[in-house]
Formats: sequence, C-alpha cells, structure tokens
Amino acid sequence: MVRLNINGEDREIDVDPDTPLLWVLRDELQMTGTKFGCGIAACGACTVHLDGTPVRSCQTMASDAEGMSIVTIEGVDGKAAKAVQAAWRDLDVPQCGYCQSGQILAATALLAETPKPSDEDIDMAMSGNVCRCATYTRIRAAIHRAAETMEG
Amino acid sequence: MLHMMQRLQQQAIRPTRRSFLKMSAVAAGGLVIGSHLPFSPARAAAGAGDDMFTPFVRISTDGIVTVLNKHLDMGQGNATGLATLVAEELDAAHGQMRAEFAPADVERYKNLAFGMQGTGGSTAIANSFEQYRKAGATARAMLVAAAAEAWGVPVAEITVSGGRISHASGKSAGFGEFAEAAAKLEVPAEVTLKSPDRWVYIGKSFPRLDVPNKTVGAPRTYGMDVQRDNMLVAVLTRPLAFGAKVKSFEASAAKAVKGVVDVIEVPGHGVAVLATSTWPAIKARDLLEIEWDETGAETRSSDALYAEYREMAEADGPVFRDDGDVAAALEGAATVVEETFQFPYLAHGMMEPMVLTIHVEGDRATLWYPSQFQTVDQGTAAAVLGIPQENVTIETLYGGGSFGRRTSPDARHIVELATIARLWGKSQPIKLVYTREDDTRAGYYRPMGVHKVRAGLDADGNLVGWHHRIVQQSLMTGTLFEQYMVHDGIDETSVEGVKDASYAIPAFKGELHSPKVGVPVLWWRSVGHTQTGYVVEAMIDKAARAASADPLAFRRRHLEKPSGDAARDKDNVRKLGVLNKVAEMAGWSGPVNGDRFRGIAVHKSFNTYVAEVAEVSRRDDGTFKVENVWCAVDCGIAVNPDNVKAQMEGGIGYGLAAVLFSEITLTDGHVDQLNFDTYRPLRIDEMPRVEVEVLASAEAPSGAGEPGTPPVGPAVANAILAATGEVPATLPLTNHGLA
Repeated sequence: MVRLNINGEDREIDVDPDTPLLWVLRDELQMTGTKFGCGIAACGACTVHLDGTPVRSCQTMASDAEGMSIVTIEGVDGKAAKAVQAAWRDLDVPQCGYCQSGQILAATALLAETPKPSDEDIDMAMSGNVCRCATYTRIRAAIHRAAETMEG
Repeated sequence: MLHMMQRLQQQAIRPTRRSFLKMSAVAAGGLVIGSHLPFSPARAAAGAGDDMFTPFVRISTDGIVTVLNKHLDMGQGNATGLATLVAEELDAAHGQMRAEFAPADVERYKNLAFGMQGTGGSTAIANSFEQYRKAGATARAMLVAAAAEAWGVPVAEITVSGGRISHASGKSAGFGEFAEAAAKLEVPAEVTLKSPDRWVYIGKSFPRLDVPNKTVGAPRTYGMDVQRDNMLVAVLTRPLAFGAKVKSFEASAAKAVKGVVDVIEVPGHGVAVLATSTWPAIKARDLLEIEWDETGAETRSSDALYAEYREMAEADGPVFRDDGDVAAALEGAATVVEETFQFPYLAHGMMEPMVLTIHVEGDRATLWYPSQFQTVDQGTAAAVLGIPQENVTIETLYGGGSFGRRTSPDARHIVELATIARLWGKSQPIKLVYTREDDTRAGYYRPMGVHKVRAGLDADGNLVGWHHRIVQQSLMTGTLFEQYMVHDGIDETSVEGVKDASYAIPAFKGELHSPKVGVPVLWWRSVGHTQTGYVVEAMIDKAARAASADPLAFRRRHLEKPSGDAARDKDNVRKLGVLNKVAEMAGWSGPVNGDRFRGIAVHKSFNTYVAEVAEVSRRDDGTFKVENVWCAVDCGIAVNPDNVKAQMEGGIGYGLAAVLFSEITLTDGHVDQLNFDTYRPLRIDEMPRVEVEVLASAEAPSGAGEPGTPPVGPAVANAILAATGEVPATLPLTNHGLA
C-alpha cells in the first residue's frame, strides 16, 4: 500500500512499494497521459513533477514519492503551464504527440524557474526529452513564445 | 514506407485467403491453422446511421462534422489533412470539424493506391484528394437540398459559408438543424468540386485537429492507453538470435511475482508472461530462465555480413538499369571516381513501442491499436484464430510514431498476440506490450546495405558513365507483395532512387545483389531512398570535386541537359525548381562559408521533390555539428502547407539521427542495442535550425511524410566532404569521429 498526493488529491493504492510511479499512474489510476517510452529514464516521456521538479516516473518508486506533491499532465496548471500548452497549440507542435506530455511538463518546470530562457537554457532543460518525430524546432519556438506571453 | 506507387495504382493488390494463411502459417511457426475459413472483404458496418452522408462524413444534430479517416495517423497529420479536404467542399468551419479512424472495411476504406486498407508510401493525401473532397461536396449538396425543401426556395439561391447555410430572405441555419433530414435524401450521383481559386482551406491554413488532445494527455488516444475490464497484460520474450527456438524454460520465480497469472510458451515466438498489469509482467519476465536452440538461426555478426556484402559488391549481379555502354564510357573517361558505401540496419525507434490489445469472444475478435494495414492485420488475425475475417473488428487508435514499423507483410505483431490469445483460450482482453528493449531487438529493421559506384567524367567535367552496384536484403521477396514489387530478381524498393536517377549521364548501369539474411527487414521512413539518395548525391559531389566544379553548378548542368528520357527530363524541371529555391534561401555561394561548410542535395521520392542545404561547423575535437538546414519542397498542391513544413522539419531530424548516431549491429546474431542509451536518438541540442519553403504548384498532391528524410544525409555528407576532402562513406558518422 502506498499513499500518494496526485494533482492535489490524496490516493491510497494497493501496489508493491517498488512499483514505478509510472505504472501506478497508468495501470492503477488509469491516468494514461504520462507515457511509457523507455523505462530507463533515457527519453523523458514519463516526466511528472515531484514538488515542482521534473522527474522520470519510470525510475521513481511509488514509495519514494510518498509525502511529496505529484503533478501529472492531467493536473498541471498555473501561469507557466497555461502559457506552454497554449503555445504548443498555436504552433501545432505535436506530430505523433506521444512524447509531448513529458515535453510540456519539462518546459513548464523550466519556465517556472527561468521565465525568460535562452536557447542554452532550453537545451539544458529539454535535452532529456526525446522526440522521434523531431518536433524540436517547434518545441524551442513554443517555449520562447510561452515566455513572451507570460511576460505580457 | 510502404511503397507500391504507380504500379499498384493501376493494379490493385487483391490478397487471397491463401496468401494470408501462407504468411501466417510461416509466421506462427507451425501452429495448425484451420483451412476452412472463407475469405471475403469485411462488411462491418461503418457506423452507418441516419447521419452518415458517405462512408467518410458524419454530421450530428449539434453540427459537429466527423471525418472518418481511412488511414492511420502516426504523427504525419493525415487526420487533419483529410478533414481539410472535407471542410473545404462542405464550407464548414474549422471548429466544428472532428477526425475519427474508420473501422477495418476494405471495400469502403481501401487505400486507392494499394487496393487494401492501409497507410504508407506517403499516399494518404494523394489517394484521398478527390475522394474526400467529393465526400464533402456530397454532404454539402444534401444539406443544401434539405434546407431548400424546408425553406421552400430553389437550391441555387442557397449559400454555405463557415458552417452556416443561408438564403437571401434572411433564413439561416447550422448544419445540425438539417443533418437528419439531409441524410435521408438520395445521395447525388455527381457533384461539382470547387475550382482551386475558391479554396479557403486547401493550400492555406487548417490547424491540426489532434493537437489539443495531445497537449493535455487525453485518455484513450494511443494503443498504449487501452484499458479493458478484466484485461491481462502480456510481455513476450523473443529469442536473442532471429530464428532461434525455445529449448526449455524455468518460470517458477516469474510465476511467484504478485500479479502474474501464467507463463506460457508461444511456439515459434518465445515465452510470454501474462499478468494483471504491466509492471508485474515486466518484472517477472526478467526472472525467466530460457534456454534457446539456435540451430538454423541467424548467427552471423555485422562485421561478417559487411565483409560478405563488400565482396558481392565486386561481382556482377542482376541488372536493373542499363543505358549505353558503361564499360566503354568508364574506359574512355578522363577521370574515374569510385567509392564503396556502407549502411547499417536501423530500428524505427518510434516513441510509443509496439503495442496492441485483443479480445476474442467465441468466433469474434476485436483489436484496439494503431493499425497501419487493417486488411492484412484482419486477415492475419482471422487466420490465426480460425474465424471468418469479417468477424475481426479493428478499432484504430493514434500511433505514437511508426515510420513504417506498425505494419509488416507478415503482420508478426498480430500473429504473436492472436497466438497468445488462442493459447490462453479464455475470453479475456489481452494487451501485448513491447518494452523499449523488445522494440529495439525485435528486428524489422531498415536493411543494411553496401553500394559501390564508379563514375566517369570527360575532360570537360561532364559525367559520361555511372556504374552502380547495390547489395541489400530484399524487403518484398517472400511476402504478399513479391509478385508486384519484385521482377526478375529486382526488388523495386532496393533500387528506387538509383533506377530513376535523372542526371544526364549517357551510360548508366545498375546491378543488385539481394543476399538472404535471417534478420527480418522492413520499410523505414522513405524505404530505399535513405540509402540510394545518400549514395547518388554524395557521389555527385565527389564527381563535382574531381571536376573542380561548384556542387550546385555541377548539378544544374547535369539536370538542364536532356537526359534521354522524357520522365527524367520532367523530374529534372522540378528538381531544378527546388534546387534553385534552396540555393536562394541559403544564399549559396559555394561549399565553404567562412568557418562553416555546406553541402547540398536534391532527391525525388514518393513523387515529391526536395532539396536541402546543410551547414556544419567543426568542433575542436574534429567532430561536426549540424547548425542549419534549409529545405525547399515541391509536393504538388500542398493541402496543409504548415503540416508539410512540419513533416520536412521532422523528416530532417529523423534522418539526421540515423546519419549521425544510429545503428543496429549484431554479435553472433544477437542484437547489440537495447534502449535509447545505445540506440542513440537526436536530442534538442543536436537539432539544427531548419527553414522550409513549400513551392507553389498546381500538380497533383504527392507525399510529405517521407520525402524530407533522404536529402539530409547527403547534404551533411557533402558539407563534411567540403571540410575534409573525404566523402563519409560508412554510417553512422559517430563511429568515425565525425559526429
């Protein structure tokens, strides 16, 4: 049994404590917005926020997330998240879209910390998130656009 | 990917029951399959209700227009593309349009380029361009007729714009108000399509319909998201060497994992763990101890295969092109340049690993997954399960990428899951999940290949002869498609891009060796073109250098001259169009630009013409960074220009990853790469700035998903040639200290 706070809600889930948070979200709670891409923290598709920090949920044991605030794509909110999601839609960033939950959570965390990121900041914050459709040109442009809308 | 092209546009493939059974019997590894099955096209209802206007358009009373997409959208945007075509002729508003995947029904939803329901060869827009516009125009005519009747006014006095039906009297209505009445009317036999000057969406702007859901993690979007009551998750351990068989296995530790329901041998495929959810299945699978019998399996290493291929490249082979007397031309040439190129196997590596779910209930089965070739999949599932094909229902979901991977002629993934379901025997949904390691190691790679080219120049620097040998495993031999795609030992997909190379060269000979290797191979974004395009365009630069000519000027010269073939001359006009445009965009002044180096390449694939310029810088350690790519594309009428741009941007990034970093290698037949740590993808800091221009054209729409990929490799190679004087001939570049 693990006790988790997910998107502001307390949940009790009957799983082995070593179950990765990813599979708790996807299989136990049917919150499938968080994606399974590699299982070894090499692609970022499973990115969620733990106390505001982007982490790979495939390598986070559910028990290690107890007592922390977990935010997923289904619950991410606030000024930065809204700006990011709007920019993603304005620029038609996604193609297949499978990695984009993780990309959006990584970009949101970046903008929450660094409201006006440089290209180097973007490289640093986003290089853990793989997109095989290579939508990187638009991801970069959308982060800059989101930064502008947050300013305005 | 799947590349049937013109040949099949005239000669649709008609699969027979026997061909599925043959394929599946082989793939199922000896499983006995009933031979009494009737094969007939499925007649599953296409949701035909009161509000269906054609098999492609549904309009509900709230005014929502749903377009049934007969294709799989795996990121390339055809869901929006087809909706654009309907909305254009329907005069609908963007906001009322929705897209949904059509059921598996070959009669209604066949790809007109294949004669079967399936997606590939960058054909989605090309084969649907008239069909979906007609569907929109038909629905519009019916709505207008219903409005005319209700309002008692002539049809000709009614106008439709932005989703509103109006009459000069002031009467006005949305589509929803007449949806039911209109659907009851007779479908008009003939409709008139708009002339291009009246288009409001085609060639303009129509934002993607799938994007909002993809920015909020919406449920039930992808195959991986499928959840059914009482569902089991299966993870399958496949052999390490292709063709190996299970000798014995020990599963007691695996079975002890909480949540594991059973561990079963799947003859011909491996050992499957069945669990109540995904994690226990993955965890338990790691505890299996399996002994494999590699008798008859493919156990060669990559190095051995390369050595064999390089030897074959020195010998004569079946001829696929023979213009003029190449031997004499090369003999008499002032200069001969020569190079042998080597390409590795490549995995598709789409972000969503292979995944599919089945529920067998009596003599019926339902599948939920991103189906890329519904007709083959349906027939295969039916054959394995021993049920009629029309009893197999497929609900297609969005694909988290594919790049060709989600369909194979033997539908191996379908055979695996249908076999598991058959062995399990209980009427319970089962989802087969490939982990990333499974996906990387399962085969179905772009074939490895060796090309050897000798090109001769006269004293004026004109190409006079070109001798091109290709060594590559056939994609089509032994499959359902062999009879259409393989002629006299030549698999068209191995030679595309060389057979139709269109530079004016008086003597040209092409030969193909198709070695048999036990590694399953498959179409990979742009099929043969990532290899043929690379070789032709890199050799052109090598020849230009030998002729002391500017690579752009050298190309122009050999494209402007009559090639001796009308089709090639026509290609050359459009190649020059994109070449000149990209040169202008990049401000081309030669291959050296200050401390940066530039390469240019042009290639036609899937009837689309793309030219790219790559600009690289040299790092202190001698490796190269790709800084900029300029791209000009002529794909005929661009239905959705912004999406064409997106496909070029993505196609460039996808091709770049392969050229810089990616390879699948074998050691004693075992795949060396497992995950993204060893099969290295491109990351955001490695993505160049990309600028794309879509040329205006009145030609019929052609492909966009694949053609952006082939030119980037040779453009980068040619930039490196400019810097080092050597053509990078062995990929990936990272193995040679170049990336």
